[in-house]
Amino acid sequence: MKVSSLARGLLSAIKSNARCSTRSHFTYYPTKLAEGTHDVQKMNMFQAINNAMDLALEQDSSALLFGEDVGFGGVFRCSMNLRDKYGKDRVFNTPLCEQGIAGFAIGVANTGTTAIAEIQFADYIFPSFDQIVNEAAKYRYRSGGLFDCGSLTFRVPCGAVGHGALYHSQSPEAYFAHTPGLRVVIPRGPIKAKGLLLACIKDPNPCIMFEPKTLYRAAVEEVPVESYADDLGKCDILREGKDITLIGWGTQIHVLLEVADLAKKELDIDCEVIDLVSVLPWDTQTICNSANKTGRVLIAHEAPFTQGFGSELAAYIQEKCFLRLEAPIKRVTGWDTPFPHVFEPFYLPDKHRCLTALKEIINY
Amino acid sequence: MAQFTCCVTQLIWSTSYPFHCSFVNMSFLRKSVQLFNAAKQNTRMLSGVQRSYSAGVKTVDDRYAFPGARDASFVNNLKLTMPEDYAPIPIYRVMDRDGYVLNEQEDPQLSQEIVEKMFRDMLLLSTMDKILYESQRQGRISFYMTNFGEEASHIGSAAALEMRDVIYGQYREAGVLVWRGFRIDQFIDQCYGNDDDLGRGKQMPVHYGSKELNFVTISSPLSTQIPQAVGAAYALKRKPNNDSCVVCYFGEGAASEGDAHAAFNFAATLECPVIFFCRNNGFAISTPSNEQYRGDGIAGRGPMGYGIATVRVDGTDVFAVYNAMKRAREYVLRENKPVVLEALAYRVSHHSTSDDSTAYRSAEEIEMWNTLEHPISKLKSYMVHKGWFNEKEETEFVSGVRKQVLKQIAISEKKLKPNWREMFEGVYADMPKHLLEQQRELEQHVEAHKQHYPLKSFKQ
Repeated sequence: MKVSSLARGLLSAIKSNARCSTRSHFTYYPTKLAEGTHDVQKMNMFQAINNAMDLALEQDSSALLFGEDVGFGGVFRCSMNLRDKYGKDRVFNTPLCEQGIAGFAIGVANTGTTAIAEIQFADYIFPSFDQIVNEAAKYRYRSGGLFDCGSLTFRVPCGAVGHGALYHSQSPEAYFAHTPGLRVVIPRGPIKAKGLLLACIKDPNPCIMFEPKTLYRAAVEEVPVESYADDLGKCDILREGKDITLIGWGTQIHVLLEVADLAKKELDIDCEVIDLVSVLPWDTQTICNSANKTGRVLIAHEAPFTQGFGSELAAYIQEKCFLRLEAPIKRVTGWDTPFPHVFEPFYLPDKHRCLTALKEIINY
Repeated sequence: MAQFTCCVTQLIWSTSYPFHCSFVNMSFLRKSVQLFNAAKQNTRMLSGVQRSYSAGVKTVDDRYAFPGARDASFVNNLKLTMPEDYAPIPIYRVMDRDGYVLNEQEDPQLSQEIVEKMFRDMLLLSTMDKILYESQRQGRISFYMTNFGEEASHIGSAAALEMRDVIYGQYREAGVLVWRGFRIDQFIDQCYGNDDDLGRGKQMPVHYGSKELNFVTISSPLSTQIPQAVGAAYALKRKPNNDSCVVCYFGEGAASEGDAHAAFNFAATLECPVIFFCRNNGFAISTPSNEQYRGDGIAGRGPMGYGIATVRVDGTDVFAVYNAMKRAREYVLRENKPVVLEALAYRVSHHSTSDDSTAYRSAEEIEMWNTLEHPISKLKSYMVHKGWFNEKEETEFVSGVRKQVLKQIAISEKKLKPNWREMFEGVYADMPKHLLEQQRELEQHVEAHKQHYPLKSFKQ
């Protein structure tokens, strides 16, 4: 199913992205650490994820890590050195079969054992859709709590990468957001990725962490060395503002932060930028508080427009904040087409499209 | 020729699959003369260049062996390997249809007590099935699936296991639960989804589960449990001093799903102590097995397809199933490798209460399997020969079960369903805020429109 050479190609594309940021559609905004955080280390996102898995395997001697090509370090290097450190019975390759990986992971988790399963690209998660949606998500519910697979976490590289085309670029979070019983989270960088992954591994529900693969190397920041876990189901207000709320997740957050800078500079508009972080369950309270405050909302995501998760946010905000809204909620997203190869610059909801939409909202 | 066949069989199988040769003495490789000749020719060719490997089994110079099939030899005459080159894997049986043991060495020598429990459990399952089937026909429960004709597969296999072995099932394995001690009231409470249902009324009837009895809750999507069973087996294998295995039941129709392929392959490559128990009863709803596959059943996929030790048994012979399961269990625990066990039987019942099977098969055929080849009558004959069968006791037992089931139906029917608020519970380990809000919203709605909802049937 996969083209492994393509994976390598993508890897080098990411490397070159890091070197030559003009080719990228975003500028990375590192997360600011809380005052007084010592003992930090510079890591990119794949290193932070590797570090999180290292800690998880160390803290829980039963924990297992598996997927396609995980053994030698993974096509994105996330599991580097872990097989050597923890043994090949704990960090191992599976046959090339996503439904098998997901089913196997559920079974491991049925016994209470921690399972960290990797699906090589989010584009290839669909063969395991049945196992995730019909099985993992419903295990506890259907058995009246007799059985569950809560100790299961899927790690899934997702999102645009420059030239990934149809099957190395997708953002399928909305498919899973329609499934009660799952947790779906998406980090925006190394610090968040580590905290979210450790939280997912500990969380007693099946979790999917979609990792924007373009950030694996491009995103570098000072990451706390110790083990820490983020709150799941909470969003992050990255920048406070009074005029408009910009909501996104993953790579798109960095586009929105740049849009906020441009809006300030060019239009003297104060944007409140919120990283949704958790797509399911999502933080309705923080989002609605912000929408009530600013009265204007722009939502941006890479996934297609129709039935993207932006629809859920827009509908909910409209219902809960109707009297405070000063303009229609606008969604800037990928088009309702498959993710194209050479047309990627025209497909993405880049800063220019977001800024144009922002102006429309402000001038409404 | 018989000797040659045996010889080739040994060559090809003895190194990698000792289990086969010792397990069921299977000379199922009806190797053609061509294949054997090819092997001989190969030997000549290779010996000419002073290479000392045996007849076409292995290339010594591993540096140049194709990594995808290191043990394969070369031939220089083109031949398609045909399905017909392989004899079907034979069906292991202990008893004939009249309940006589065919080979005394294979008699498991079970005590009278065990055999009587086997017989009673099969009768209980069959009796309960008849009444619950009727009660669905009367509209008292919404759905039911009987186990007619497959009682020996359930009881024989369950009897060979330990309680600590984990069971993953499909839906037609209620006999395994009977053997393990699931009670009549527990079966019927599940079918009614009342407040005593362990599954809290959330699933359709016959979707049983029991943590206490190590029987993982049934779900409707076919085959999804198979790779899950493999994962559970892998996790068990890693526990210190593990002495439990996983058994996964599924039908021959379910074996066509991608998940079955995934599971067989994962179990083999990741070396998991799991027994794949295929109930091949000839039909998947209306689809006969010759529209399901063209190979040698499910067993045929095991050894050559996935490198898994395999055995095929007469699923109407409780002792054959018992022996095979016992041996399979020893093997998977000793070797940390899987086994494929295919039990052949016939689905005497309709697929479910939503199906009339005479639309696609003859009543005479069903009748034959319901009488001559029926697992309960075979065991009964065995007990008659042993002098263990007592007609009066059987009649009393069956009428006792009938009474108990009928009485339980009356009780289970009257029990209240769980509090409807439980609908929101168990989606997550803790109820998230949005679900709390939705629960509250429904509370307010129901409060205002009480008359439109069946509140009297639910606990408050």
